[in-house]
Amino acid sequence: MLDFPKWKTWSMWATVVLCLLLALPNALAPSTLALIPDGLPKSQLPLGLDLRGGSHLMLEATALDVEKAKLESLEDTVRGELRSAEGGAIAITDLSLNRGRLTFTVTDLARLDQAISLLNKATAPLGVGNAREVEINRGSVPGQVIVTPTAAGIAAAIDGAMAQAVEVIRKRIDELGTREPTIVRQGKTRIVVQVPGLQDPEALKALLGKTAKLEFKLVDTAADPEEVAQGRAPPGSQILTSQEGGQVVVKRRAIITGDQLVDSQVTTDQNGAPAVSFRFDSTGGRRFAQATTENVGKPFAIILDGMVISAPNINEPILGGSGQISGNYTVQTANELAILLRSGKLPVELKVVEERTVGPDLGADSIKAGIIASIVAVLAVAGLMIMTYGRFGVYSVIALAINVLMILGIMSAAGFTLTLPGIAGMVLTIGAAVDANVLINERIREEQRKGRGVIASVETGFKEASRTIWDANSLNIIVAIIMFLFGSGPIKGFAVVLSIGIATSVFTAVTIVRWMVARWLTNARPATLSI
Amino acid sequence: MPLKLVPDNTNIGFVKLRFIAFALTLALTIGAGALLAVRGLNLGVDFVGGLTMQVEFAEAPALDTLRGRVDRVGVGDSALQEFGNDRTILIRLPLPEGEEGAVQRVVGKVRTALEQDYKGVKFARVESVSGKVSDELITDGLWAVGLSMLFVALFTWFRFEWYFGVSTVVALVHDVVVTMGFFALTQLEFDLNIVAAVLTIIGYSLNDKVVIDDRIRENLRKYRQMDIKQIIDLSVNETLPRTVMTSVTLLAALIALLFLGPEVIFGFTAAMVLGIVVGTYSSIFVSSSLLITLGVKQRAAGSEDARAKGAERIG
Repeated sequence: MLDFPKWKTWSMWATVVLCLLLALPNALAPSTLALIPDGLPKSQLPLGLDLRGGSHLMLEATALDVEKAKLESLEDTVRGELRSAEGGAIAITDLSLNRGRLTFTVTDLARLDQAISLLNKATAPLGVGNAREVEINRGSVPGQVIVTPTAAGIAAAIDGAMAQAVEVIRKRIDELGTREPTIVRQGKTRIVVQVPGLQDPEALKALLGKTAKLEFKLVDTAADPEEVAQGRAPPGSQILTSQEGGQVVVKRRAIITGDQLVDSQVTTDQNGAPAVSFRFDSTGGRRFAQATTENVGKPFAIILDGMVISAPNINEPILGGSGQISGNYTVQTANELAILLRSGKLPVELKVVEERTVGPDLGADSIKAGIIASIVAVLAVAGLMIMTYGRFGVYSVIALAINVLMILGIMSAAGFTLTLPGIAGMVLTIGAAVDANVLINERIREEQRKGRGVIASVETGFKEASRTIWDANSLNIIVAIIMFLFGSGPIKGFAVVLSIGIATSVFTAVTIVRWMVARWLTNARPATLSI
Repeated sequence: MPLKLVPDNTNIGFVKLRFIAFALTLALTIGAGALLAVRGLNLGVDFVGGLTMQVEFAEAPALDTLRGRVDRVGVGDSALQEFGNDRTILIRLPLPEGEEGAVQRVVGKVRTALEQDYKGVKFARVESVSGKVSDELITDGLWAVGLSMLFVALFTWFRFEWYFGVSTVVALVHDVVVTMGFFALTQLEFDLNIVAAVLTIIGYSLNDKVVIDDRIRENLRKYRQMDIKQIIDLSVNETLPRTVMTSVTLLAALIALLFLGPEVIFGFTAAMVLGIVVGTYSSIFVSSSLLITLGVKQRAAGSEDARAKGAERIG
């Protein structure tokens, strides 16, 4: 064991130096850090939200909502395709969406085949193979067509909707002016949003919890009030609640939607109250102009997330492609709506299913307490080790210090986040490293008691203890991996530090300490061991 | 002269004490189990859903007045608890019925109400977890603990013999149940962090047992004629300095964290301290003596030679 080949020494210290270099940026001020040229390690270990304060929100979409949205977009496709069919629009009746499928009847049976082939072309095949996003079948009634989204189609729709939702959320958060938000998808239907250093998460939640689907629909003035009172809308119409109270019957088909908006700002209406202005793109502007020209004198409803905000009369055609929404807004709510409209609608409704918010002060307190406690803990461990094992204790403590720096270095480079449970994990890793040295040192003591010589004792001590250390740490790695795979949130952070720490602590506590001991034995050639 | 926590040539008859130890262990486990069944755990929002707010007041509020104020908001019965000092209060509220987004509105209402009545009130921490997510967290936690135990048993079986696997897992179950019983007794909040603590306790308790098992295997091969009881006593005593030294060092570090560390990890460190004590006890008194009851065979362990040689090369 005294024999340490050169390559071993070199590769060992190279590993240590590399890890220390990776850890170094953490000790530097941001201004110094900026001077480091690209290509050299310069990433600092980010602190978790529990340490620096901030909000963690988990948003969830309901798969059913996505399916519904998918069907609604299918409805648009069907209407659009059939209207612009070759040889004139194909007339359909009885279009309905229920039980996860869309049905309609083609009035002119002679054109049924044309309608089906049009829809087949319009609905996209999915990726490779024969999978299609929808199945198109004939129904039992002559002329009836049934369009059913396939499982693969729904999965693709959910995937697309979530990817789009992430983008919309990013835009909304950017509008708030917060720095470094983390927005990631989790599982099939979830998005985790982490925004550090936010004093008031309410504003954030208000922005994320709204779909912001803006629609303009004509009011159905011909609806029978008695039928409406019983909750029955005429075909092609629907009943919506109004923000001002009461109900409004509107045509199901929107004359225009918020998708064509290019800008939205806070403004004031003619009474000086806060209002929200909007502007359409050129296509949207033309359609808006056309729709308002055709319907002068009729009321239309401005609908946000299924709620009628207002239903003004169209007094004259609106040709400029812009307009204004006024309701009971304060400057704050108007600003919120403007941001929502600017960043576009969420393809699906998202609900906050988990929130963890830590104020920045608490985070700072936690760091302070964590650091003080860690220092005391390390001093206690170091004191005990040196008192008990003398020179060998000093070696262990040096190895411990290297160990902690290596963990920091690896975590910084790999882009992990240091959380409070992570600090706890670090302390426990120190425990594992201490244990390894205790095992070795106690074994050396034992061999000494048996009357063996210095070198023989040290050699047996390392050899026998190494086997045990290997067994024990393999088991710990298993537990850490299970924690990482099945744990959530704090457990994951803990497991990461633990896994890295087990590896580095075996390396430092066994390999590095052995190197130090070997050097001392070769150079000093002690006749007796004080251990 | 170096410090020695355990004097040289200590020879304690652990095996002789085994029936007392078994009885004590059984009593502890049953007692803790009963506590768990009767008092139950004070499950945090991670596992039951609902919301927790850590509120800091400028001066210590009268808890009754505060409770009355929160209850008047009309968002369900609140549970208040001092957290670290008398100016910091944890307010727990139940999961509002109805749609999941309702949790968010409750936080807003309480915040408005308290900001009106108490000057300089600060919401240091807000956590809310919906029922669906908390159910998932429970399932994940149970899987993590269960699978850890299973793999530990398999690994110990593979590395040693099946008796070692069984005795280790029996001792681990005791460690876990007693730790959880402690949480039932003190009604400290049982949340995700505590699950991490329980998993770590499993890891460390395991360390102790592997070290002793390893020594037993080594001595079984070395002293083929020695009685199994003697071998176990010898092995436990030989490893005793290490067991004690490691536990004392860890406890020193953990106690520093317990009293000086941030309030947020108090439950975690408390669990760890208890777990280390319980784990050390079960390693010394229970798991190794249990091997006798399970009928460990000297010959069987001896035939492990080939496998053990492979392991030696690793070190």
